Amino acid sequence: MSKISRRKLITTGLATAGGVLGLTAVAGIAEKYGLIPPDHGGIYGLGETLTYASQRLLTRHSLAREFSRSQISKPPFANEMAPPSDAFKRLQAGKFADWRLDINGMVARPASFSLDQLKSYPSHSQITMIQCEEGWSYIAEWNGVRLSHVLDLVGVLPQARYVVYYSIEPDWWESIDMADALHPQTFLTYGMNGDELPVGNGGPLRLRVARQLGYKSVKFITHMTVTDDLKEFGKGLGSASPEGGYAWYAGI
Amino acid sequence: MISHPRFYWGETGNVLTPTLFKLPIPSSRNLVPTGYGYVLPDANGWSRYLHFQTAWVLVLTGLLYAISGLFTGHFRKDLLPGKADLSWRAFSTTIGGHLRFRRPSEGEAWSYNVLQRVSYLFVVFVLFPLVIWTGLAMSPAFVSAVPATVNLLGGQQSARTLHFFVSLALVLFLLVHVGMVWLAGFRSRMRAMITGRAGTSYSGSGRPMPSKPLERT
Repeated sequence: MSKISRRKLITTGLATAGGVLGLTAVAGIAEKYGLIPPDHGGIYGLGETLTYASQRLLTRHSLAREFSRSQISKPPFANEMAPPSDAFKRLQAGKFADWRLDINGMVARPASFSLDQLKSYPSHSQITMIQCEEGWSYIAEWNGVRLSHVLDLVGVLPQARYVVYYSIEPDWWESIDMADALHPQTFLTYGMNGDELPVGNGGPLRLRVARQLGYKSVKFITHMTVTDDLKEFGKGLGSASPEGGYAWYAGI
Repeated sequence: MISHPRFYWGETGNVLTPTLFKLPIPSSRNLVPTGYGYVLPDANGWSRYLHFQTAWVLVLTGLLYAISGLFTGHFRKDLLPGKADLSWRAFSTTIGGHLRFRRPSEGEAWSYNVLQRVSYLFVVFVLFPLVIWTGLAMSPAFVSAVPATVNLLGGQQSARTLHFFVSLALVLFLLVHVGMVWLAGFRSRMRAMITGRAGTSYSGSGRPMPSKPLERT
């Protein structure tokens, strides 16, 4: 084996030092432009950060693929669910007439919306695929109001960076950045395939995040908080998913 | 795969739709009817983190390898089979030699034979690009920016099925590859791979060999 020359050693050393400095600079810029996911710590943090940062640069405004009516999955698929909580069953007994969605945090006008109010706003539909991290998928037509419309009504403050959203079911909450929150395919969904959104698919109200895996489309939404920092929520990893070992950003 | 050991063709697939095929293994989720009365422990969280982190390692080192291989002429010199090698006769000689477990002569051991060249080219330029492509085709965010990634493959579930077979082919290659390295002398081959040069004969006899590979004739 040949000896490693002094010149080689010095060049390698300099390159390493340059690399470390460069990485530090890149990390600073990435943080400034919101390219660092909240679960960036730990041994898998680097991979997560690379995925999130590159996809934020590539997909900020891109639209999830839409399908034709004939491609809608029949029969509609509903994932299995834990039995609903008493709070849910009470509202269900009243045909969800008392269902509320509260929005607070970094907004000018915190508000509480009824389902009828949400349905009175401009309604949109999308025929998109929902993909589960397990590997299965289905296509459905989703009807709802754009989250961006409702966020406009409450007046999101300019420093806001994330929207945290909660299911009525305990310990089920997620968050998305403003790129996804204001995305035209992010719906507060109340209808599916031309009908009411079935309970099995998240009715009466599900947040549909079309460009991420199904687990970001949380079912039975009752509460949202707009924030500029996810550290104060739960364990500070961004949502319940990373606390359970799953990635916060699920665009893959 | 273990959380949903069912495979489909087209855009969508779930337990309500027919499968292309099923793996006869228990699942880690009780949603999937597998015929087994139990579910395996759920390991999807950390394994997905690991998978996507190593995907980055693959893409970045793969790019480095491809660029340096083009610039140094490694692909042209060491991997592209020579004209004489591309006849059925040359192929059958090499395959015959393999089947008879004939050891290569010293000259031959310094250069890849035609079977090696063809399989390495296939792995480098077909299997690895395909595994990356089919992987990206399953990303809902990536395909929103580049829909052709998945549309060309015939749908997201087609991409998943293809991804499964391509990774299977890569695992098969790895097993055969490591097996051959073992047969050719594990220590000397590992040293050669890591340092880029071989100091001793492939047979591990300790006999010194020229420090540069012989020119191919």
